[in-house]
Amino acid sequence: MVHQYKLNGYNIVIDSNSSSVHNVDPVAYDMIALYQTTEAEEIIRQMLLKYGDDPTVTDEELRVVLEDIRALEQSGKLYSPDTFENLDLDLTLRNSVVKALCLHVAHTCNLDCQYCFAAQGKYQGERAIMSLEVGKQAIDYLIANSGTRTNLEVDFFGGEPLMNWKMVKDVVQYARSRELDSHKRFRFTLTTNGVLIDDDVIEFCNKEMYNVVLSLDGRPETHDRLRKDIHGCGSYDVIVPKFKKLVEARGDKEYYMRGTFTHFNTDFTNDLFHMADLGFSELSMEPVVCAPGDPYAITEADMPTVMEHYEILAKDMLQRKADGKPITFYHYMVDLQAGPCIYKRISGCGSGTEYLAVTPWGDLYPCHQFVGETEYCLGNLQDGITNPQKQAEFKQCNVYSHEECKTCWARLYCAGGCAANAYHATGSITGVYEQGCRLFRKRMECAIMMQVAEAQED
Amino acid sequence: MKRIQTLQTRDLEQSVKVGGCGECQTSCQSACKTSCGIANQQCENKNK
Ligand code: SF4
Ligand code: SF4
Repeated sequence: MVHQYKLNGYNIVIDSNSSSVHNVDPVAYDMIALYQTTEAEEIIRQMLLKYGDDPTVTDEELRVVLEDIRALEQSGKLYSPDTFENLDLDLTLRNSVVKALCLHVAHTCNLDCQYCFAAQGKYQGERAIMSLEVGKQAIDYLIANSGTRTNLEVDFFGGEPLMNWKMVKDVVQYARSRELDSHKRFRFTLTTNGVLIDDDVIEFCNKEMYNVVLSLDGRPETHDRLRKDIHGCGSYDVIVPKFKKLVEARGDKEYYMRGTFTHFNTDFTNDLFHMADLGFSELSMEPVVCAPGDPYAITEADMPTVMEHYEILAKDMLQRKADGKPITFYHYMVDLQAGPCIYKRISGCGSGTEYLAVTPWGDLYPCHQFVGETEYCLGNLQDGITNPQKQAEFKQCNVYSHEECKTCWARLYCAGGCAANAYHATGSITGVYEQGCRLFRKRMECAIMMQVAEAQED
Repeated sequence: MKRIQTLQTRDLEQSVKVGGCGECQTSCQSACKTSCGIANQQCENKNK
């Protein structure tokens, strides 16, 4: 399958199965589109007609281009067949170790954000705090079930994890104390709304957390519209100075300012640019995930604006880079040369298999977004997986188990999408969340255009 | 090729043989938490 698009003055051709990317001129662009369905002589005739005014487009020249296209086909970089589908059985067998846990250390929150998928941190349940005992059990569970994997990841998530801060620190310390004897290396991530950040949090995070994810939606009016405290006051003024202090002290360690955009700010690039103006450079912005009828849901009528803003962002980022003031946008980071292997590209997000979420009382769920959906409970830390049938559904969930993905050009950049979004949108984890797919494909077009632009500069 | 510039990309056929070590980050782990996508993931395999 070949995907072609024009963006920012570039003519781009992506060969899906090999994930090859070609930056071509308009003539080659048209010829590649015709090549598989049209006789060579007819292609040449059509090109001479269309580009007759261009003295470089001669019969001889067009035959050279046809040869080039044929050579790319023969080297597997154009019109390449899908030879990876048979790998997915292998993958189902392989998916038997856990390498990442999301610890829900606090099912409670000190903000009352209206769009929160976790229902103000409570996940449709009672408020709860994870005990140190459960936290340690989770670390032991991860070590015991991670096979030969060295790198293990633990996310401190909530609700708001800083509402259980002492326990977070103690769990980190415990995990570190087990690294040597278990031959494992832990990478910790903390996701926080910032309200409780203080000097102790900053110091500890900058020492121990591989990544921190800081929730900020952008401009004050955007942020405060939905991210309010329990008295209904916006939280922007409280958290921004704290985030600044944390990031300044962080040096070159990873962090992300992570925003959510909604129907109310489809011009979300202005929120990203606001973050950049505040001095933050590592940025992420996600479309809100909610029920279609919610007032802040992104509507069909919003889609063209959202798409346009993804383009604005890509062009702006190229300019910032040229000016020596680059920013990073999580979804535009693609490494075409050193990115993931084919196994990763077809195996999906890992929810329910290599990635599990742990509730405050030690139940295991496929991921943080399934917590609270009791029929998705897979087991608990003490007894391990007690619902192997449910887990098997996740083991078998990969890019080839979704009908829609089989014909999607972006599938080897996507790996089949988010199981939770698919479940919420269609009732099945093997469905797809169509609006999310359209946004994903747009983001990939933009990200690849940026790669093309940079390759052209070199 | 005059009219076609091909970018350097990872050889996926080759990665069938050398890939699959599983040391890389789990997709949803870091920044987004509400969607998948593996394009922005780094490969941790030093033998690729
Ligand atoms: S964008 Fe959608 S259809 Fe395409 S691979 Fe991802 S989940 Fe599948
Ligand atoms: S199901 Fe969705 S939210 Fe859960 S880990 Fe996968 S991509 Fe992330």
